[in-house]
Amino acid sequence: MQSQDLNDPGRIEHQGFNDRDRIGRLISELKKETSRPYRLMEVCGTHTMAIAKMGLKQMLPKNIKLLSGPGCPVCVTPAGVMDEVLRLSENPDVILASYGDMIRVPGSVPGDNLQRRKALGAKVEMVYSALDAVELAEKNPGKHVVFLGVGFETTAPGTAVAILEAKKRKLSGFHVLCMLKRVEPALRALIEADDFQVDGFLCPGHVATIIGEEGFRFLTDEYRIPAVITGFEAGDITTAVYELVRMIRDGKPALWNEYTRAVRPEGNPAARAIMERVFEARKDVWRGLGTMEESGLKIRDEFREFDAELVFDLHPMDKEAVTGCRCGQIIRGVMDPGSCPLFGKVCTPDNPVGPCMVSGEGACAAAYRYGTLSM
Amino acid sequence: MEEIITLDYGSGGKKTSQLIEEILLPAFQNDALGALSDGAVLSGEEKLVFSTDSFVVNPLFFPGGNIGKLSVCGTVNDLSVSGGIPKYLSLSFILEEGFPMDSLKKIVASIRDTANSCGVQIVTGDTKVVERGKGDGIYINTAGIGFLRCPGLGTDRIREGDAVLLSGTAGDHSTAVMLARDGLLSEGGVVSDCQPLHLLAQKLFELGPALRVLRDPTRGGIATTLNEFVENGPFTIELEEEAIPVKPAVAGACDILGLDPLYCANEGKLLAIVSADQAQEALARMRSLPEGADAAIIGQVSTKAPGRVLLKTSFGGTRILTKLTGSQLPRIC
Repeated sequence: MQSQDLNDPGRIEHQGFNDRDRIGRLISELKKETSRPYRLMEVCGTHTMAIAKMGLKQMLPKNIKLLSGPGCPVCVTPAGVMDEVLRLSENPDVILASYGDMIRVPGSVPGDNLQRRKALGAKVEMVYSALDAVELAEKNPGKHVVFLGVGFETTAPGTAVAILEAKKRKLSGFHVLCMLKRVEPALRALIEADDFQVDGFLCPGHVATIIGEEGFRFLTDEYRIPAVITGFEAGDITTAVYELVRMIRDGKPALWNEYTRAVRPEGNPAARAIMERVFEARKDVWRGLGTMEESGLKIRDEFREFDAELVFDLHPMDKEAVTGCRCGQIIRGVMDPGSCPLFGKVCTPDNPVGPCMVSGEGACAAAYRYGTLSM
Repeated sequence: MEEIITLDYGSGGKKTSQLIEEILLPAFQNDALGALSDGAVLSGEEKLVFSTDSFVVNPLFFPGGNIGKLSVCGTVNDLSVSGGIPKYLSLSFILEEGFPMDSLKKIVASIRDTANSCGVQIVTGDTKVVERGKGDGIYINTAGIGFLRCPGLGTDRIREGDAVLLSGTAGDHSTAVMLARDGLLSEGGVVSDCQPLHLLAQKLFELGPALRVLRDPTRGGIATTLNEFVENGPFTIELEEEAIPVKPAVAGACDILGLDPLYCANEGKLLAIVSADQAQEALARMRSLPEGADAAIIGQVSTKAPGRVLLKTSFGGTRILTKLTGSQLPRIC
């Protein structure tokens, strides 16, 4: 495996990020690297989908394994939270504003989700951004529009902006059920778990645009695990895999930013400042990972009028769900979707049991939709 | 004051007659309809093709068409891919109280123009009006009859080695509708492919038994339709991702919305399976018409993985294309 000509960080911009010849060269180089097994984890649902869509797993040699980590925000939302959301949907004065893939997430009763509640009369609107929900509140005076705020650092600034905007417009009918999560505590928990066996991370490019390279520095500084911040095109991901394998083989862990066309070393301080202003870290429950200190975001007291938890007396933290599915192990990378006894039988995209099957970004949905053949 | 549809227009009384006489009859004048009986008496003593479809699209007007044009194309295309020459359509409206008369007139004009261009007549119809809040402005049902010209089409004709042809770019319609629905990317230039396919189908009928099966891949997209061709059978369809035409604007919009063009509905595309030796001829025939200008051979039939549709990605990987499950939901980030 040679790396000279492939190892210039600026090359993506120059060569085009989907240069097929280059991808082909990287793959054939990787095929020569058979000295040991490599377990790499992508920590972003969009990466999971992109990998599945290009058929990368099937192109890589068998000793290089790609695992899907806790990077799909819908997937890590516990059923206990969904139960509270479903309860809220029974309030006739409430309009729930949700990202599309949340509406099929079941609570602790399989099949009970917002899609079903909507058919039974609940008011559920799909939105593309938190600001759309602010508009919805503006157009529905006298109603309570509750935005289901899920996501990581990528969607958190937008949610914060929506709250600030609602405050500016004095919209008393806009609220956020804040389920936002932070990537770093989850990665730490994953690494410190007994069954952790990942050799390198593909770090989410979108999150990195906000938290910067610095936000992932701890992976190599504290844990000596190679990490590459990468984009979402086939060329980005293949390059990241190549670089990770090289670093692991050479025993030289480093953090490398492949996605320089979008990610600055310092990230986006302005977006982080807005997040800081509106949210504070809190203990939170993740499906599959359990409860972790400082792993979630809470709306600060200054903005309590917008906090749906307080306004509607919701307790999303109170219980952890038991669904019988193995999403937890799948999210931790210790089980393949195909090894879950429910996969493709009881649990399908039509009738998902676990959230990894619900979201288009979930590891199970990706495996189901883009299932690869062993040929 | 704007003229609107009221419940009276669906009463079957004077207002209903007025609607028929002022808007519908002038648009679709012909002897069969002019009799104004409950059903149309049709001439002809040959094998008929009959199909029906309902249309509930939102928004009603979208780049490249509207619910009226769609309601004619949908049934005309169903008749065409069944081996028929479309001849007669029925037209039923379910109108919501408060619906602007002006919009109805636009939709009717579009139905008239599309029907004329396909050589089909609207020969019977119905109108109901529901209370405000009980409908979505307008729903349309059409049923159609055609004369059978190309008997024997069906998946039982498929053989190993056959070629898979698509008459143009994938995913245009539902991407255009979804963008229009949410007021997204209005400058994106994504236009629905909503168009009649009767001429394209007739060009292919002349291939005889070399033409195995025809389908217009509407809801569920080409991935779902191709699965229907091979499911529970001995054959595999192997597609080449690079060969499947997709407009860059559609690919971009799908990328942003988290959709896959292969699962997005088309309303003006044909999928054809043709024997290998007639594949180039079929392609040339498709491309000889404007509606088939972007036609391509996108794959072939094998026995590699019975009942499956496989996609060779442009990067050299292979993945299984399953049928669409549920509906495509926009994803989060």
